[in-house]
Amino acid sequence: MASSADGNTANDAAAGVPQNGLVAVVKRDCPTCELVAPVLADIEARGSLTVFTQDDPAFPEAVAARVHDADLGFSWHYDIETVPTLMRFDDGAEAGRIVGWSRPEWESFTGFDSLGDGLPEHRPGCGSLSVDPAHVDALEARFGGSGMSARRVEFGSQEDAHEAMFDRGWSDGLPLVPPTAERVAAMLAGTSRAPNEVVANVAPDLADCTVEKAAVNAVMAGCRPEYFPVVLAALTAVCNNTFNMHGMLATTMPVGPVFVVNGPIARQIGMNNGINVFGQGNRANSTIGRAVQLIVRNVGGGRPGEVDRAALGQPGKVGFCFAEIEGGDSGAKAASDSGGRSGGQAGGGAGSAGSADSSEASAGAGWDPLCTDFGFEAGTNTVTAFPGEGPRSVVDQLSRDPESLARTMATALNAIHHPKLVLGFDAILAVAPDHSRVFIDSGWTRQQTAERINELTTRSGSELVRGAGGIAEGVPEFLAEADLPKFREGGLHLVHCGGGAGLFSAVIGGWVNGEVGAQPVCVEIDPWR
Amino acid sequence: MSTVVLDPTNEAAPAHRERVTRPDSLDGLTVGLLDISKPRGDRFLNRLEERLTERGLRVERYSKPTFTKPAPVDLRHEIATKCDVVIEALAD
Repeated sequence: MASSADGNTANDAAAGVPQNGLVAVVKRDCPTCELVAPVLADIEARGSLTVFTQDDPAFPEAVAARVHDADLGFSWHYDIETVPTLMRFDDGAEAGRIVGWSRPEWESFTGFDSLGDGLPEHRPGCGSLSVDPAHVDALEARFGGSGMSARRVEFGSQEDAHEAMFDRGWSDGLPLVPPTAERVAAMLAGTSRAPNEVVANVAPDLADCTVEKAAVNAVMAGCRPEYFPVVLAALTAVCNNTFNMHGMLATTMPVGPVFVVNGPIARQIGMNNGINVFGQGNRANSTIGRAVQLIVRNVGGGRPGEVDRAALGQPGKVGFCFAEIEGGDSGAKAASDSGGRSGGQAGGGAGSAGSADSSEASAGAGWDPLCTDFGFEAGTNTVTAFPGEGPRSVVDQLSRDPESLARTMATALNAIHHPKLVLGFDAILAVAPDHSRVFIDSGWTRQQTAERINELTTRSGSELVRGAGGIAEGVPEFLAEADLPKFREGGLHLVHCGGGAGLFSAVIGGWVNGEVGAQPVCVEIDPWR
Repeated sequence: MSTVVLDPTNEAAPAHRERVTRPDSLDGLTVGLLDISKPRGDRFLNRLEERLTERGLRVERYSKPTFTKPAPVDLRHEIATKCDVVIEALAD
């Protein structure tokens, strides 16, 4: 059932509030409230008092004018943080308040003397139920004027919520977290942006996606609120003519957005840049890319078999997001939040991981991060969207000098999409620490390494033209005399990530580059925090 | 208690799934008669079957094991596969 956003107003909460007089807010589950119960009865007897009781409607028994603040609407609207709170209303508006129990304060505030004979002079109060973490999200969703205006969808009472979400076509094939108003309100707390702000215009339906719609999908994807700025930034990175999300959907090639997160935020939100960096087991890695893909699906209407025409696709299209090893990081540990680490992998900061060694720390310090390819300073919180296929392993367990290892990389990179096709596709070369230190220990920067690999991919057009080597595929005949590198200038991006043990790297091939295809896009995250 | 969630889509489509369009005529269609196993529902459906058969329509009879629970998925599938329209007897 669809209905407009509900949301009670302050007027509803004002029910029971006297125009003039004293109001107390209490709960039975508070020793100080129990303590002052006789005082409240005394005040009622001497003047006028209305007591809002948060938990037990029968409390305090000795007071007649009790109002049960069952939905905590009064407490929420009047920002009650402590019980007991004693307030005075003049002409229907609050004219003052005190919290906790202090005899002199209460006497001065009420104008009654000799309050609470026999009670201690002072007792601090307890937390109001309306600020209890168990209720606060629901209250924010209900009363908050949080700006949530998404249509409410009510499932049937006999309907399983999870099945109902699949039935409505919202899922990528995996279970979804039901996006209740409470959960969406909590997600919205992850950004300072207003819920109704438009983040991006999403292909293929070219529908505006608000912060709220992004939050709904981020909840479904399983994100935590602290991931949300990364989701919003990543969404802006793909929804533009440069990245060309529409083309990436519509292509028959097996590509989707691959997100690389740089900057301290990656560590702050617990992303994995180490063991099994492209694999399962880390919530942030697994859900951020998924949230963007769910937005493309649900807000943009980009669904496989409809506008998404990929012949084969690739598993990373569920969501593909990871962090890079940056200066001082250790790539050895898997940043896993599943609680399922083995003992050898557990550990906190750099160097504490079981399999870390000093050379990894030096390797981490040796290369500047990917975001510098796009003009950002190292240490900037960024997310780079790369139009990519799935990763393919590069094995070289024998090269100990950088030239030999660069030749291995060049040979592996030449195979992207087709060994005889050049210049049309960019690539990420993900270099794991056991490989990166071969370059770094010889003083090769990331740029120098990429440059040398580019040189080594350069081949004679005669080897690459159509028909050469008995293979029909290849570059046009007129290029036979040219020397052709595999990548256009700036088309090869080295990324430093992976576990500390293993002489491996990985190639992530790109989609058609340039104006007709997609360009990688790097955006700053902090504006979305 | 039913779950209420926020719509993750661009809200271009209605929140409700559309019902199948009603046929203009029953001619040539197969009519399923689903007895939900409430008392005397069968009388109502027997009479309907007579009337529909008189008109030359093909009728398939079904019944739920119990009116207290949704029809089993296999039964729903069989009805959806074999019938063009369904009359469910809610008579008591």
